[in-house]
Parts: sequence; C-alpha cells; structure tokens
Amino acid sequence: MSVHDLKPITPLWGTAAQIDNLGDMRISECPDWALASIAARRGQEDAMAAAANKFLGVALPDVARSASKDPFTAFWTGPHQWMIEAPHDTHEDLAAQVKSALGESASVTEQTDGWVRFDLEGPHCDDVLELLCNADTRTMEQGDVTRTQLEHLGCFLICRAAGTHFSVLGPRSSAGSLHHALITATKSAT
Amino acid sequence: MTYTNRADGSQINQPAASGVRAQSSGGSGKSQVNRLRGGQIDPQQTLSFSFDGKKYQGHPGDTLASALLANNVRLMGRSFKYHRPRGVLTSGSAEPNALVELRTGARQEPNTRATTAELFDGLVAKSQNRSPSLKYDFMAINDRFSNFLTAGFYYKTFMWPKAFWEKLYEPIIRKAAGLGSLSFEDDPDEYDKGFLHCDLLIVGGGPSGLAAALTAGRAGARVILADEDFMFGGRLNGETFDIGDQIGREWVAAAVAELHAMPNVRCMSRTTINGAFDHGIYSAVERVSDHLPVPPEGKPRQILWRIYTKRTLLCAGAIERPIAFENNDRPGIMLASAMRDYANRWAVTAAQKVAVFTNNDDGHRTAVDLIAKGVKVAAVIDTRTDAPRIADCELLAGAQVIDTAGRLGLNFVKVRLADGTDRNIECGALGVSGGWNPNVHLSSHQRGRPVWNDQIAAFVPGPDGPPGLTAAGAANGDFSTAAALKTGSAQAAAALSDLGMKASTIDLPETEDAQPNQTPFWYVKYGKGRAWIDQQNDVTVKDVKLAHQENYRSVEHLKRYTTLGMATDQGKTSNMGGLAIMAELTGQSIPETGTTIFRPPYSPVPMGTWGGRARGKHFHPTRETPSHKWAVENGATFVEVGNWLRAQWFTKPGETHWRESVDREVRAVRESVGVCDVTTLGKIDVQGTDAAQFLNKVYANAFAKLAVGKTRYGLMLREDGVAMDDGTTARLSEHHFVMTTTTANAVNVYRHMEFVRQCLFPDMDVQLISTTEAWAQYAVAGPNSRKLLQKIVDPEFDISNEGFEFMACREITVCGGLRARLFRISFSGEMAFELAVPTRYGDALMRRLMEEGKEFDVVAYGTEALGVMRIEKGHAAGNELNGTINALNLGMGRMVSKKKDSIGSTMSEREGMNLPDALNMVGFKPVNSADKVTAGGHLMTKGSPVDAAHDQGYVTSACYSPILNSSIGLGFLKDGANRMGEIVSLVSPLTDLNVDVEVVNPQFVDPEGVRVRA
Repeated sequence: MSVHDLKPITPLWGTAAQIDNLGDMRISECPDWALASIAARRGQEDAMAAAANKFLGVALPDVARSASKDPFTAFWTGPHQWMIEAPHDTHEDLAAQVKSALGESASVTEQTDGWVRFDLEGPHCDDVLELLCNADTRTMEQGDVTRTQLEHLGCFLICRAAGTHFSVLGPRSSAGSLHHALITATKSAT
Repeated sequence: MTYTNRADGSQINQPAASGVRAQSSGGSGKSQVNRLRGGQIDPQQTLSFSFDGKKYQGHPGDTLASALLANNVRLMGRSFKYHRPRGVLTSGSAEPNALVELRTGARQEPNTRATTAELFDGLVAKSQNRSPSLKYDFMAINDRFSNFLTAGFYYKTFMWPKAFWEKLYEPIIRKAAGLGSLSFEDDPDEYDKGFLHCDLLIVGGGPSGLAAALTAGRAGARVILADEDFMFGGRLNGETFDIGDQIGREWVAAAVAELHAMPNVRCMSRTTINGAFDHGIYSAVERVSDHLPVPPEGKPRQILWRIYTKRTLLCAGAIERPIAFENNDRPGIMLASAMRDYANRWAVTAAQKVAVFTNNDDGHRTAVDLIAKGVKVAAVIDTRTDAPRIADCELLAGAQVIDTAGRLGLNFVKVRLADGTDRNIECGALGVSGGWNPNVHLSSHQRGRPVWNDQIAAFVPGPDGPPGLTAAGAANGDFSTAAALKTGSAQAAAALSDLGMKASTIDLPETEDAQPNQTPFWYVKYGKGRAWIDQQNDVTVKDVKLAHQENYRSVEHLKRYTTLGMATDQGKTSNMGGLAIMAELTGQSIPETGTTIFRPPYSPVPMGTWGGRARGKHFHPTRETPSHKWAVENGATFVEVGNWLRAQWFTKPGETHWRESVDREVRAVRESVGVCDVTTLGKIDVQGTDAAQFLNKVYANAFAKLAVGKTRYGLMLREDGVAMDDGTTARLSEHHFVMTTTTANAVNVYRHMEFVRQCLFPDMDVQLISTTEAWAQYAVAGPNSRKLLQKIVDPEFDISNEGFEFMACREITVCGGLRARLFRISFSGEMAFELAVPTRYGDALMRRLMEEGKEFDVVAYGTEALGVMRIEKGHAAGNELNGTINALNLGMGRMVSKKKDSIGSTMSEREGMNLPDALNMVGFKPVNSADKVTAGGHLMTKGSPVDAAHDQGYVTSACYSPILNSSIGLGFLKDGANRMGEIVSLVSPLTDLNVDVEVVNPQFVDPEGVRVRA
C-alpha cells in the first residue's frame, strides 16, 4: 500500500469513526470500507459474472440482494451493476484489484469516498427507519438491499440482520445531514 | 405522564393525561355541577385547567368540551361572521363552533376544537374571535346588520372605490371575521414524517373497524387500525348497548387487547387518516403528544404518516345531521348523539333539564339514556305525527321547534305542536337529530361520487372511489351495531380474499340491530328569523335561498357564493342541509343536485406537521466540500449552491468588506498562486468501448478523436439546440473518460446522459456513474501553480510545460504515493491545474497545499474571486447558460460540429437561431470609470427610445475587476461581435439605471491565451 503522509478524515470530520449509543440503539460511522462499482460491458454480462464469481468467491447477487464471502460483500445497484465492498485497510486499491480481475468485461469505478456508511444496530431499527424512508424494512431479510430516499438523499439500505442491523450508504458530502436525521429519528422512535 | 409508544401501542385505550401534578380527590366536587355518574373518565384523579383565565377542574378522559360542560360552561366561542354566542354542536372532530386557542406562548394554537382537545393538568384555553370578552363582544353588532351581511355581501357592497378593497375593506373584514390568533413565535415542537406498509388499512376503530381488524388480524394479514379518537370503540363509547353478554366498552377493551397482542396488527389511536391518494397511499396524522403539556424530550408532537396499503376498509362511521330552525345555534343546542356521548362517555350533561328534537327513532335514545342518568328530559319533540313513544317522558309527535331563547345559552325552546298551537318549553340543552350521514369523505377523495341511499336518506360511498377501498358499517349506511360488526368482518375477509389470502369471518355476538326509522326532515319552515345550516361559516337557510334566487344553483356555485362547507370543518354537519334545501328549491332530487368535491385533509393539520423536520437549517440537507473544515477555520463566508456550501471568500484579519477579501484573492492568483475547492463540479465516469462515440452524441463538439491523456472543453446542447451545460472531459484511457459538469447542473446532466444511454442509444457499450464526491478536487491557479504542485506531486511525474502541456491529464501520485488525478485546465485564465485525491484525504491535501504554498504567498480563493476571474477571462457560466442561449450566442457556433450528428445540432440550425442580428456574448466597460455595470440591465442603442421594442440585449454577469480597476460585465448584444467599441446605454427603467457602456472583447484578460499555456 501507499506510504504517503496525508492523514485521512472521516465523513463526519473525525480522525476516528463516530459512534453514538442512544439507549439500546447504536449508530456507527463506518469509514473503514472500500467500495468499487462494476458494470458489465455490453455483451460481456456472463463473462463479468464468471470473473466476479472467481474474484469474490461468491456469485454476484440477484436484484435487490447482497452476497458476502469474507472479505467481500457485493450488492446489486442496477441492471448488470453491482457495488463491491471490502475492508479499506487491506483493499484501499479495491477498484484496481477488481479491474484487473474483471478486465475488459466490466467498467470499474472507485466509489470508496463517494459514500458514507452508517450502521444502525439494535432492536428498534424498523421503528427508526420507518421515520426516515419508505423502505418496508419489516419485510427485509438479511442480505436484502434497496435504494431509497432518506433525508431527501438517495441512499442504499442494506439489511445485515433482519430487524436489528442495517447499513445506510448515503452521499459522503451530506454525512452531517444524514447523521442528524438518524440521530433525531432514533431519539424520536425509541 | 404517558407517552404513546408507537412500537407496541401499549398506552392505547388508556385515559390520557394522568398528569404528575394531578391531585387525588374523591369525585367531582361541587364545581362540576353537570357531572353525572359513570362514564369512561377517572373521577379519582382531578385535573386543573383554565378557560378565559378562569380555573376549572376535570378528570382524565375528559376533553376540554366535556370538562367545560361539566362546569356548566356552555358558551365556548363566537361565530365567524356575526359573532353569535356558540357552544358545542358535536362531541368530536366535526365540531364547527367550539374553536379555542389552546396553550400559551409559542405553543399557542388557534382554531383547536374543544371537542377533540384532551384535557391535561394545567391546560390553558382561551376563546377567540371576541373582544373584549366572550360574554360581551363588541363585534356582535354584526348580528344586528345581518341583512347587509348575507351571502355574497362583499361582492355587492365593497365594489367602489376599487382601491379601497385592498387597503380598507379587506383588512377590516379580516379582522372582524378572524378566527384565532397566531403567537408569531417559532413553533418549539418537533414533528416527524414516516412511512408505513400494510395489507389492510382500516379507517376507524368503531364496531365495524374492530370486527374487521379481528378478522384480518386473526388471518395473519398486516393490518393498520387507525382512529382519530384517543380511545377505540367509536360510537360504542357513547352508547349503552351490550354486545353478547358484555357491555359495549368491555367488548371493545377485549377486542383491543387481542389486537394489541397480535404482532401483525398496528393499533393507532389519535390518528386521523386524512387523505386518499394514488396507488393505495393514504396520509395520516398521529397526534403523539397533544394530550401532554409538552412533548417529551426528542419526541415529536405529531407524525405525518404516509401509509402504503394493498386494500383499505373505510369504517369511519357516520355523522349525525342537525335540523335547521330559527335560532338553532344557541349554546346548549347540540346533536342528540353528542348529548348522549357526553352523558354516557364523559358523565356530563349540558344542563339539568334538556329536550330532544328529532325526525327519527335514534334521537329518542338520547332521551332514554339521559333519563337513565338522572337528567330531566322535558320532552321529545318528533316531527313525525306517528312517532313512537320510546322514552319515559313527554312525547310531542308531529311537532317542530320553531324558535329558541336565551342570550348566552339556551333557556327555552318554542314548539309548534301538531295542532298548530305554540308552546314554550324550558330547557338548558336541546339534542337535535335529523338522521345520519355516512362518513364518505375518503371514498370521494379521488373524485368518486357518493350514491344516494333512499332508505337512510343519505349518501353512501359509490363504486368509483379509490381502487382497493371498500366501506363497512355506518360509513356504508349499515347503521345498527350488529350490521356494523357483520359488514366489518365480511368486508375485511373479502378484501383479504381479493389479495389471495384466506380469512374467515369472526363469530358475531348478539347485539343491537335497530333498523333506521326516519322521515327526512331538513329544516323548519316556520319562523322569519335565521336558521343556521353551516354554523362555522354562519350560513343560513336564507343564504341558500338567496343563492338560488341569484342563480347560483350548482352545488359548486352554492358553496362558493355562500361559503357553505368552506370552513375548517369542511361542512361535515352542514353540507347535506344545504344540498337538501337547494334540491327543494330547484325541484330536483338530492342526488340530482349532487355533492361538492371532497378533498384532503379530512380535518385540519398544523403547519408544523406538514413541514416535519424539514425546517430552519434542516430545511434541506447540506453538502460539505472536503475543505469545509479548513474553510471554517479560515474565515470563510459560505454560499449555498444547490445543497453545497461553498466558500464565497475568506476574510483575513483587518478586512472589513467582502470586496477587500475578493480583490486580494484575485490579485494573489493573478500574481502568484491560489487554491479553490472545485469538488462541487459534477464528475461523471464514462466508460465502455463506445464511450467516445457516446460523448460525440452528447457534446456538440467532437470528442471521438480526443487523445488519451488529454482534456477538452465540451458544450452540451439540449435537443432543441439551446445550450444545456458545459465543462471539460478528460480521456484517462481508451475507454475511460471523466466528464465535469457545472455544479448546479450535475444532476440534470447525469439524468440527461442516462436517458440518452438507456433510451436513445441502448446499443452503445457505455456505462455511467457519478463520482462527484468520491474525489476532492482543488484548482491550483496562478503563475506559481506549477512550482507549488511540484512540491506535492511525486517526482516521477513530469508536470513541466513540455511534460504536461495545457489541457493534459494524467493519473499520478502525490505526497509519497497517494493515487491522484491531475488536469491542466483553467477557468481563471491563468496557468492552472486541478488536482483530485480520494475525498478522505481532501482535508489533509488542502492543509498541505496551504503549508507548502506559503513561500509563494498562496491564498485560498472562493467562488466570488472565481467569478471575477472567469468574467475577466470571458468564460460563460450559469448566468449565461440561461436556457435561451445557443452556441452561436456564446460565440461557439463553429464548435457545433457538422461532421457528426449530436444532440441539438440539427435544431440549432433553425433559422430563428441564426438570424443576422442574433445575440452575441460580448464584454462591457463603463465609459465613465466611476459607473457600474449592472447584471440584469438591458441594452439600448444610444439615443433610441428605452422600451422593449428597441431592446438590444442584456447584461448577464458583472463584477469589479481589481486587475482592470473597473467595473466590467458580460452579456448578450444583438450582432454584438460586430459592434466592438460602440457605446450603448445600459438601462433598468425600474431602478432608474442609465449608464453608457462600451462594447468590448469579452476576454478582458489575456485574450491571446498566453498565460494558460505558460
């Protein structure tokens, strides 16, 4: 990895991730993840799927689903499009790794810092999220993913454990607004 | 203090406010002279409240209205127009009269219905629309002039002089006809919005709603049961019926307990479903904390829910309708069902001696129930000559109430007996029943028309209501309790069956099953005085007749002309009366006369609830640039660009005016080097084997042959040939481009390109994704920009003019290995670069650039300096790309390539876009250097008349140039390219602007472009 001397900062301007514990709910800023988007080149859908399967160790998931195999999680984002997630420490150059694995079958784009990820954990996730977005989270099972609007922002909502653990991926520049919305909704609903 | 926990609904169907300060006392004491025994209140707890400054006591479970009646307060308000004394007409949300200002200070809320306001300890209420007091209201003089204040009076009266309307008449009328007053303070409460999903939404928790919820809940469906009341049960709370071997409210309690135990059923009390929208979407207002003095910390006062449901069952019950007669609006005259509710549910009578006026059997039950509670019932006055004797009191069959007496409350009713003689009956309250109207409101929110049911002489929901909505119980005209239970269960089962779910109807206990027995009777024809139909808007029978006489006969005209049904109660107790009278006058039937359109919201919603949390600085989300924190630390003033907060300028110590800061920043960039955060510019990753061909389509100029490692300026046209956006696009590799857009158009351009990709050229191999905020991007501009960057860019990358010429781009590393992108592009006209790193390093990079740049006196510059420099350089921006301007106007006509087809290129050849005197972008300088060029001003040929016909163009951007020491501007002038040196007039007749400006080359600085290539 690179040996540069620029210090990273989290989307909420901290040097470490911000964790908010509100009663039995926890809201965590999760900056330690690298993201790369992949989109199949025209006519290369099967080739990309095969290459991705080999690289990830798991098949690319179906519509509105995610699939995980340590250290990767892939989730569907659109027709023939997925996002790949991996630990930042070990995969800061995730886009380059993915590109070399998928070659000309895919267009790969670094997305790591395009997003802020907040994890919402605790028994009242559904009560909180119903104040924030129109996703029917009570029917979401582990691995379900949807795109939804939250605090007027287009976000991905990933169910990591039904009812008790969700990830919200929203635009990084609006991390403060998103965080404020999560905190107020959690205080309101619990 | 209780808080309705929405997650488990654990507090539902508990009397509300056992406030912490509530005193324990043994009963109602002597002050509550009209308090009866029983009811669903807690007499062991006493709550203190005040009305118009006077202290009273009530109990948990009371509403403000029931507590006032218990304290023998019948007078609760003054009417809207005539300032007539008024009391409660109803016991619920249909209330037209008893509107009060609730609470004090910033929480003061006008027009709150006393009939729905739950009592809590310390509640403060004031009457409204009276001066100086409720009992002595000067504006009651209006009542004496009622002959002048009939329907349409202001259309007729205040016609002249015309100017007086706005300045004199309207303010006076508004003051006289005021409702409550506003506090003019910020609302201190919080409000939420939320989203719910279900298979079956049940609107109303009375017998039909509860039976439906039990049916659907037991079948395993996802159910939402909503009721506007704080207790489920609907009419069962106000009646004495048994259900099976239980009394009604015990059956309700058991049903609610069972529903609460079901995880698939959500019971929402204090929740009004107030609108039916497309595709099974309903809006609901949940009054989470209105029954508390103050919402708990962090909790909302109300929540506006959007409910997505597959099927809806309307179990909203029915609203009793009054009968109009002379002086039927005195405090003490109320609906017979309300009188029964107050007695049975709240253990209150409005007076010690009451009477009932009815046209149907149901009205008699009020007499029966009040007698059972020990209240003296003077008589039941029934319009039917064959009226049955039901209650144990005097029955006056074939009689009508023709007048009433009592200045601030009812003392006597005057009855015309069947034999034509008159008789005065002493009573302090009169219960009136003219039959019942099913509550069809929601079924007609999408213009569905209700249909007439002769048997009940009322409208019921029609077949063309919202798809997926059915009705049961009284809302559907099935008035008996047995019918409500049966149809509720059956309709719920039918709705689930429609969804492919199995459900069986529940076992129904024996209960009241009386058939409606009434003779339609709308208004008493005796008497010359006014008989009120719409008490909230003071509309009388005479007003309806006047409307008819003046040919406002359509119901919609009737409504507008008389304002019938246009008050905040939406005519819940009045519309039918007006229709019936109009029908009689026109000789049509009531269904032929028709109904007006029903619209959401069903009942009034506070403004705060509509706003939710989107208010103040959270009105919309903000976007922060990677250098935001540094900018805050360094005196930045921010400007909103969309959601972005961009540094506008940086104030240094000693600078007292923004121009000082901006001028300093501009000079520093032109003399040495400056850094500007340009992350906000849209960045779109364009990849694929057809990426170059794709760009050739969306840009007017050629891109296919752009070399790898090069950047090009691109102009994007709309399909109609008008300029849409501009920016630079870099070719990082054969099949990989990065496009930049203007900040404001980032989303629009991306959306446009997705449309082009998916719809216009689906066969192209091209993939798009936004990377705007994945990269922190800084413009480093000025003669020393290269020297500064050479300290940051890793040495293996040659960024000399030879190694990295103007418009070059490259993926590089900085600061010892961090991946980065470098572009040699310039907006300022100086030698300039844009450097991008992953956003998490943006803050550190900004600090590094400022640190390493110290030796060059580097400055950070904001959007204002950026704007000055681009005007000096003659670069078009958002001000110029105003949606009417094409490439030719911008001086870029030749950029629209004719060698290829691109979006907008053909349409840009239209004759009208290529006229000889087409607008050209040019620069302007004032002739007198002290004058200012003003953006927005229009251009006139010197000496020509100043009018639209002689308009020569307009100025789009202007600034003070610290380099030229002059005000300068950019704008569009007819045939401007051929008018260099001409003196034109820059005018704004609205602001008396008229200065002479010289037409000049828009590139004020370095027109040869030497500096950018240095």
